[in-house]
Order: sequence, then structure tokens, then C-alpha cells
Amino acid sequence: MEMNDQAADAAIELSGISQRFGEYTAVQNVNLKVAPGEFVAVVGPTGCGKSTLLNVIAGLRQPAAGSVKVFGEPLRGLNRRAGYLFQQDALLPWKTALENAALGLTFNGAQQKDSRSLARAWLAKVGLSGFENRYPHELSGGMRKRVALAQVLIMDPKILLMDEPFSALDIQTRQLMENELLRLWQEDQKSVLFVTHDLEEAIALADRVIVMSAGPASRPIGDFAIELTRPRDVTEIRLTEDFLKVHREVWALLREEVMRAHGQA
Amino acid sequence: MDKRKVILLQILLLALVLLGWEFSVRLGWVDAFFFSKPSDIAARVYEWFRTGEVYRHLWITLTETVLAFLSGTIAGIALGLWLALSPTASAVLDPFLKALNSVPRVILAPIFTLWFGLGIASKVALGFSLVFFIAFFNTYQGIREVSPVILANARMLGAAKGQLLRHVYLPSATSWILSSLRSSVGFAVIGAVVGEYLGASAGLGYVISQAEGVFDTTSVFAGIVVLAAFVVILDIGVSLIEKRLLVWRPTPDQEGGTV
Ligand SMILES: Nc1ncnc2c1ncn2[C@@H]1O[C@H](COP(=O)(O)OP(=O)(O)O)[C@@H](O)[C@H]1O
Ligand SMILES: [Mg+2]
Repeated sequence: MEMNDQAADAAIELSGISQRFGEYTAVQNVNLKVAPGEFVAVVGPTGCGKSTLLNVIAGLRQPAAGSVKVFGEPLRGLNRRAGYLFQQDALLPWKTALENAALGLTFNGAQQKDSRSLARAWLAKVGLSGFENRYPHELSGGMRKRVALAQVLIMDPKILLMDEPFSALDIQTRQLMENELLRLWQEDQKSVLFVTHDLEEAIALADRVIVMSAGPASRPIGDFAIELTRPRDVTEIRLTEDFLKVHREVWALLREEVMRAHGQA
Repeated sequence: MDKRKVILLQILLLALVLLGWEFSVRLGWVDAFFFSKPSDIAARVYEWFRTGEVYRHLWITLTETVLAFLSGTIAGIALGLWLALSPTASAVLDPFLKALNSVPRVILAPIFTLWFGLGIASKVALGFSLVFFIAFFNTYQGIREVSPVILANARMLGAAKGQLLRHVYLPSATSWILSSLRSSVGFAVIGAVVGEYLGASAGLGYVISQAEGVFDTTSVFAGIVVLAAFVVILDIGVSLIEKRLLVWRPTPDQEGGTV
């Protein structure tokens, strides 16, 4: 019998992905699966190719080799099922927080009245009521990230790609945002691929942590299931014995790669 | 620095120069034939506006300026967009555009008169040839500098080609384009006035050139005063537009925002 059960297909499935920049091979032979509703974190030394992988999954970059499947279908062009929260600021500086949050709906041809009221609701969800008419330069870094999060989530993507989204934030704002993200994710279980170089963040958030080797020709070398209870509070969970145990385990592997990356630099 | 103090000093400086000029002529230190004097010039300007004879010339110059400005800007922006978004076209046309831009425009004035006659069209053409390249180069540069991340983000959010142009490329290039508008207005005026100066039957440039022909220095200076006022008013208009269109940009002292 033919398999046509949606639930059986992984949200994201990478097989044998390689990516080169000129002579430099960034990632090589990457195999990776993210199940529907799963929260997967990817950690690895800076420059190992995490952003490159996300760009491939988003369809912004053609891999040199290998295939990307999204819910069982080969990816062609941009990945329409995915929302992408970029590492850098990507808001339009000439649009207000409200217009930025509504941007995707505007592109889809939604009525301005509808898209505005929905954008208002999403800004409220990320704690930005009252800031609708501010331009990005009038917001703090943390607030801009929230607008970007609302901008992506308002489109209700089934897959969420996040590239070190909170790395530029101070520790308090960061933990606040992490908890918010978990809350939003739990509301309607999206598949999340969360890239970070911060192992604690990865463990606190994810169902599964994947460790990438140092570049060149980086690939996943470890895959750890994180069996901590949910719902979690990212601040408190860091203090539990279970957390520390997993952390020691993963760090033993990641540390070598970080050292290797340092040695090369 | 206190703003009122600056303005006060500026008025003082202007008064000093004008009084110095006036009295050196009155006391016979310099010849009124070559230098005229401020009181005569003011009287002449007043006379022009009282009789209304200057309005016709102002109107002609304004029309030429506006037409040259609009046509040059629109064509420049259009070509800038096209070349910035099409690497092949840009590679092919680049040397030709550079060569054309290196031609001093004043040299073209007689040719334009030959082609388009003594009327408005030849002045508009001269102004166009100046404004076009400014608008073109600034648009091209502005589009090229669009942040790739912002572009990727807009595409991921579902922007089609036309939407990218409208919501990303053009707004991103506006600060470049707008900064070019200020100089474009100046060049449009130069095109109009130089064209009139070299051959016309109306306009401020024509008035000045006629006065020079009969050594009427008072009228020459009066023409220059009216022209200067004209440019200042246009410039104020453009900066008002600029302010409105760039509300989203941080002023230097509010960079970063609050935490
Ligand atoms: N556009 C590019 N051109 C050339 N090299 C690139 C490009 N993008 C990334 N790289 C290289 O590929 C490697 C992986 O980059 P990246 O995916 O950004 O790493 P990470 O996100 O893990 O820090 C790095 O060595 C980087 O220098
Ligand atoms: Mg990166």
C-alpha cells in the first residue's frame, strides 16, 4: 500500500546536503530530520555552517548536493511552509512596528483593515502593545526581535527556522523571550529548528539537541534527546539536576569541536 | 549654539556688507556704473514686481525648471532601477553612460537650440541632461545598497517582484534619491537659466543677458537677486518633501532608541 499519511512525513528532511563557497566546503553530507511539532536545536562552533543549513532549508540557497524534503515533498524554490527569523535585523526600517508585523499579510493581498487588526493582536502577544506606531530605530534591540517574531508568526508557518534569534539580547530580555517562544510554540505545536551557539539555551528549549562538528565539511556528530518536563521555565530548568546532567553529556562532545574551531582560527 | 544668536549675526553680516557697498558707491570709492548699489537694485526689483513685468519671466523659468526636474528625475530613476536590477544591461551600458556624463553640458546648449528651437523645449533638454544623471547614479547606488538580509526576509514573507520594488527597493533607495533631489533642483535651474542666457526671448536668464548687453548693472544684479530667491524657495519646498518622506530615519541624536 502507498504511504500517503501526512503524519508519517518529517516536517524537514535533509539527505546528504553539501554546500560549498568556492573552494571552501562549509557543510558536507548532512542528514537531518525534524518531526512535525518537534523543537530541535542545533549547536556548533561559530562558522561551522548553521546559517548555511537554514538558508538551504528556507530555499534561499541551492545546495551543491543532496535533497531537502518538506512534509514529504522535494523543496523547489522558496520554502513556503517555513517562517525564518534571521540572525540580523531584517525589519523594514521605513515601516512602523505595526506595518512590519503585517508585512506578510500585505504581500498576500489581505485587506488592510484585517491585516492591521491581526498585527495589533500579534504585537500584543509579544508584549508590544502601545508601540505599534514606532519605527524600528525607535525600539530597543529586544523589541525589534519581538516585532520580527510577530512578523514571522503572524503568517502561521508550519515550520519555524530561527537563527541565533536572541544572541544579541541581554540575559534578562533573552530569558523572557525564550519563555515567550516556548509559550507560543506550545499553543500550536510548530516544527522548530532553532540554531544557537549557546548550549544552555539549546537544552532549555529543545526536545532534541544536535551538535555540529567544526568546519570545514561540518556535519551533525551528536543527537541528544532532551527529556526534561514541559512546560518549562528556562530560568528554573537550568538549576535542575537533570539539566546539568544532560549539559555535561553534550558539552563533552561540543567542547572538542569548539576547541578544534579555535585551533584553526 | 543659540539659534537666535546665529540668525542675529547673519542679519548683522548682511547689513554690514550692504551698507559697505552702498556707501562706498555713494562716497565715490567705486564706480556705480560697474557696481550699481543696493538701494537702486532693491528699487529695481520692487519696480519689476510692481509693474508685474517680471512674472512672465519667472513663470517661464519656473516651467522650464519644473519640466526638466520632473522628466530628468523620472527617467533617471527608471533607468537606475532597470540597470540596478539587471546586471547584463548594466554591464553593457556602463561605459556609454560614463562617456555621456563626461560631456560638459554647456557645450550641448547650442545643439539643443538647433534641435528644439529658441522656446522652452531646448532649455528643458539642457536641464534634463544635467538632472538625469544625478537621479540615475543615485537610484542605481541606492538600489545596489539594499541589505540582502532585508531582501531575503521580504521574500520569505511572500513578496512578489513588484512588491519587492515598492516595499523594499524604492523606499531603501529614497534617501539616496532624495539627497539627489536637492542638487537636481539646482541643476534644473542652471539648465533653464544657462539655456535662456545663451538664446531665448523670455525667462530670468534672458533678462540678465539683455541687461548685460546694455551694461545695465542694476538690472543684472536685480536679476541675480530674484534668481537667488527663486532657488532658495524651491530648495525649501524640496526639503519639506524630504522631511515628510524620511520620517522613519533616525536623527543622529536618537540612534539606538531606548532599552
Ligand atoms: N556567502 C558566502 N560566501 C563565502 N563563504 C561563506 C558564505 N556564507 C558562509 N560562508 C562560510 O561558510 C562557513 C559557514 O558559515 P555560516 O553558515 O554562516 O556559519 P554559522 O552560522 O554556523 O556561524 C563559514 O566559514 C563562512 O565563512
Ligand atoms: Mg550564523
